[in-house]
Amino acid sequence: MEEFVLLFRLDILTKEKQPSPELLQVYMKQYQDWIGGIAAQNKFVGGKGLSTEGRVLKYNNVITDGPFAEIKESIAGYTIIRALDFDDAVKMASGCPILNGEGNSVEVRRVQNPK
Amino acid sequence: MKEEAVIPHLFRMEYRKIVAVLSKRFGFEQIEIAEDITSDTFLTATQTWGMNGLPENPVAWLYNVAKNKAKNHLQRNAVFENKIAPELKYREFISLDPDIDLSPKNINDSQLQMMFAICHPSISSEAQIGLSLRILCGFGIEEIADAFLTNKETINKRLFRAKEKLRAEKIDIELPATTQMDSRLEAVLATIYLLFNEGYYSVSQNKTIRKELCFEAMRLCKMLVENETTNNPSANALLSLMCFHASRFEARFNKNGETVLYDEQDTGLWNPEMISQGGYYLNRSANGDKISKYHLEAGIAYWSTQKPDTKEKWENVLQLYNRLLQIQYSPIAALNRTYALSKANSKEEAILEAEKLNLIENPFYFGLLGELWLDIDNKKSIENFKKALVLTKTETGRLTIQAKLAKISEGNFIS
Repeated sequence: MEEFVLLFRLDILTKEKQPSPELLQVYMKQYQDWIGGIAAQNKFVGGKGLSTEGRVLKYNNVITDGPFAEIKESIAGYTIIRALDFDDAVKMASGCPILNGEGNSVEVRRVQNPK
Repeated sequence: MKEEAVIPHLFRMEYRKIVAVLSKRFGFEQIEIAEDITSDTFLTATQTWGMNGLPENPVAWLYNVAKNKAKNHLQRNAVFENKIAPELKYREFISLDPDIDLSPKNINDSQLQMMFAICHPSISSEAQIGLSLRILCGFGIEEIADAFLTNKETINKRLFRAKEKLRAEKIDIELPATTQMDSRLEAVLATIYLLFNEGYYSVSQNKTIRKELCFEAMRLCKMLVENETTNNPSANALLSLMCFHASRFEARFNKNGETVLYDEQDTGLWNPEMISQGGYYLNRSANGDKISKYHLEAGIAYWSTQKPDTKEKWENVLQLYNRLLQIQYSPIAALNRTYALSKANSKEEAILEAEKLNLIENPFYFGLLGELWLDIDNKKSIENFKKALVLTKTETGRLTIQAKLAKISEGNFIS
């Protein structure tokens, strides 16, 4: 088994794109049901959602508010899972409910273990 | 109470208190002497009371005798330490004032401190449970052997080794420092929970012992929540969880001591007082920002006390299992989660999820699949129940599955 990081990218800033509290509750259930299914296979390692604030530090002491180069692709959170290989990881990631929304994406990255 | 019943009763209630106080006073390296003196006290009581009848206040009598025996021991020790071995200087001066404090407060403090000494991460959890039963609960070696389905020698060896190890590690009988409290408390709670499970799910047919294991675990946990320094949200959640489970104790066994499955339990035998206690501690557990696995399990256990099959119940149970599995995976939680999914979402979704679990050596896995396929594809249901039947190790399990199989073929015959 290898570890993979799933990065969730979606627009978490544009006001009119944010779900109503009722809808948010539906999304939370979908998300928890999906993660619960991964955890039930003993393949969940960890993960967190991220708040919308952020700072970006750049070369030459440049610090900017808001972490996002491209607002539509803000990182909303991450999850680390265990999978047999890339295919397995992608299969699990494909159930992620944020993929029901246009423009959203899940990036799957393998964790590199020091050799 | 009759005389012959008094001594075992007192032994169960008082042995652990005297041992805790004496061990605390002597230090862990002399725990065996503390145990010997305590046992000896009960022997003296048996002999004296047998001849002279019961004293007016048996507990005070026991404390007095224990005190005197302990003082004699300390004095003998002090003579050796202070007069014979002063040049060796390997031990600090032992006070010649051998006061033994058997006040309720000191008894309680000593037992709590003992709990932390015994549930020390340096010894195995099996050894922790054994020592807890012996020293914190006053169980006889034979009773412990019975609970673990093993013999007295094995238990004696296990306890001996555990004590050696604790001595070698120089474990003090004291409460951990505030900075370490949470992590050490976690180890104590883990042991208490194992102790409870040992009673609740044990293979031992001895119902009395099983029940006592559960109640002892609850008593120890209660001591923790009643003490200011050890009363934290996790401890309350654990106590709540145990109350909810224990509320079904009477309903879980029939007259022959066989297990009665949840669905077939007489809810009239569920203990409402225990359920409300569970609710009380669950409320108390809800402060602080940490949600432990005990919180989630207590939540699930709460819903188990609500028999009606409502959508709300299963949605809540599903979400609690989703979160529990993210904190700690176990096959049984994975299977229960999938069952809750079938009730909250749909059987079809649950079948897809169940097949991913692939727990092909677990009879409950096939039992779950059998249950999920039922009424969707009865042939598949039967296939799975048959696989479960081959794998199941208990008689109750076999009987339950056979009954299911009979019911399905009956249904097929009618249709």
